Amino acid sequence: MSELGKKLAEKFGEHYLGQREDRGESTYWVDRSAWVEAARYLSVEHGFSFLSDLTAVDYLDRKPRFDLSAVLLNWQTKSDVRLKTLVPEDDARVDSLTRVWSGADWHEREVYDMFGLEFNGHPNLVRLLLPPDYTGHPLRKDYPVTGPADSPYR
Amino acid sequence: MNVDEITSEQGGFSTAALGDTSDPSYTVMNMGPQHPSTHGVLRLVLTLDGERVVRGEPDVGFLHTGIEKQAEVKTYQQALTLTDRMDYLSPLNNNLGYALAVEKLLGAEIPERVSHIRVLLCELSRLASHLVWLGTGGLDAGAMSMFLYCFQEREKILDLFEMMSGVRMMTSYITVGGLMADIPEGFLDQVKRYLDGFPKELEMYHGLLTGNSIWLERTKGIGHLTRQAAIDYGCTGAVARASGIDWDIRRDMPYCSYPDYEFKVPVLQEGDSYARYLVRREEMEQSYRICRQALEKITAAGPYRTSNRKIVPPPKWEISVSMEALIHHFKLFTEGFSPRPGEVYQRIESPRGELGFHMVSDGSNKPYRMRVRTPSLSHVQVLPVLLKDCLLADVVVVLASVDFVLGDVDR
Repeated sequence: MSELGKKLAEKFGEHYLGQREDRGESTYWVDRSAWVEAARYLSVEHGFSFLSDLTAVDYLDRKPRFDLSAVLLNWQTKSDVRLKTLVPEDDARVDSLTRVWSGADWHEREVYDMFGLEFNGHPNLVRLLLPPDYTGHPLRKDYPVTGPADSPYR
Repeated sequence: MNVDEITSEQGGFSTAALGDTSDPSYTVMNMGPQHPSTHGVLRLVLTLDGERVVRGEPDVGFLHTGIEKQAEVKTYQQALTLTDRMDYLSPLNNNLGYALAVEKLLGAEIPERVSHIRVLLCELSRLASHLVWLGTGGLDAGAMSMFLYCFQEREKILDLFEMMSGVRMMTSYITVGGLMADIPEGFLDQVKRYLDGFPKELEMYHGLLTGNSIWLERTKGIGHLTRQAAIDYGCTGAVARASGIDWDIRRDMPYCSYPDYEFKVPVLQEGDSYARYLVRREEMEQSYRICRQALEKITAAGPYRTSNRKIVPPPKWEISVSMEALIHHFKLFTEGFSPRPGEVYQRIESPRGELGFHMVSDGSNKPYRMRVRTPSLSHVQVLPVLLKDCLLADVVVVLASVDFVLGDVDR
């Protein structure tokens, strides 16, 4: 376990789920309840003060179904980490990162738009790219790539 | 008309941003999505107090083409062509970001010559992109001649791209494992000839704009972005560097063969439209320097892609003499390659800022998920901050100084 992993484990106890090193990149998993606090902790205490990216991945057959992942960048050490949490399908809600970075706003709206995950405390959780009357969440794996059944473009 | 009525009716844009719009005497004006100065299809909902902008809300998605979803049903080689179409002003940078991400997934080694060619192409592409920004930016502020001069120069770079790949814009030339083909004979000479004339052009733009009192009046102090706001909103590239953030991925988290090159990273503290102009102008000079150095480093002959037959097909002649080569060829064109499961995030410095490819592999021959973190998305998101309290006439200047591409925002 790396230094950072130890510190996260110490700080978040059972809410810290583990770590993976792969292809030179570090990924840390935390529980959903510690999602915002872990991000804030990495940002304030460890200098990962820049939110590079925030996105989700849908693992259709897995439980919990969704991965929510953020890439955090540290300008001093010139390194980055990936922070991840797991989101179940039946209760697809996570606390919003907008309290830490205002820029998480649109990323979260995009995730909501494309995956249907909801963010507690988000100031304006409406669709970003698709029209407001659109139904379904296209980047979910059970959404057909040809579009909805009633689409005229099929 | 109250702005909240519009928001609830049409949705799609954030009410979280700055500015109290409750005063009933305010005018709500719609700008775009077909306004020429929005550089694509961006819709802005402006709440105005007379000529002063109280709140400017961007509404995006008009160019959404589902590239991320599309990539999931294409093999790794096929998905490359989608990346050209995101930031259509610098397709080679998108190609590079994608190729590097997949190569990281595969753990592929790329020959040094290829890395140098990639650097040269990306810097040329950066020049072409910045020329469009300078030309259209000038045009938006009323400097019509800038547009003509810059597009003329950009056309010459596109001619170079056409010479090497056959295509002016959607090149798909930087592929996984190397390049689509070797650079054609005489290409480096043509690049050299182009570069020989470039400093004079840049000097002319400098003379036309930098000290021009109209340009100064239109851009100085307009669209101010503080350092903290730039960090909060995820601004990168020239926008961040004009607000005092000393960060360039080419220098700080290098990829390709950038560590072998000497260049300066311009940083300014002012954070206004003029600072963004100065930073990009300096960047063009530095790109020119890098191109010059690359020309020295690229050898005339050598490999143009990796020799790993699991990633790139064998040369044609080998197929007729080697059974193994034939099998490799067949496997690559029917099935492609399958990286072992896992995920990577690869960032590069595109002309607009941090372009990140987040690739997830499930061990099959298609990306399980391709997420593209585009610089333009963050830069459009920060617009309400930039537009607050500026005049209606300055909106176009602010938009131009940020330099976003809507294809890049909407994907």
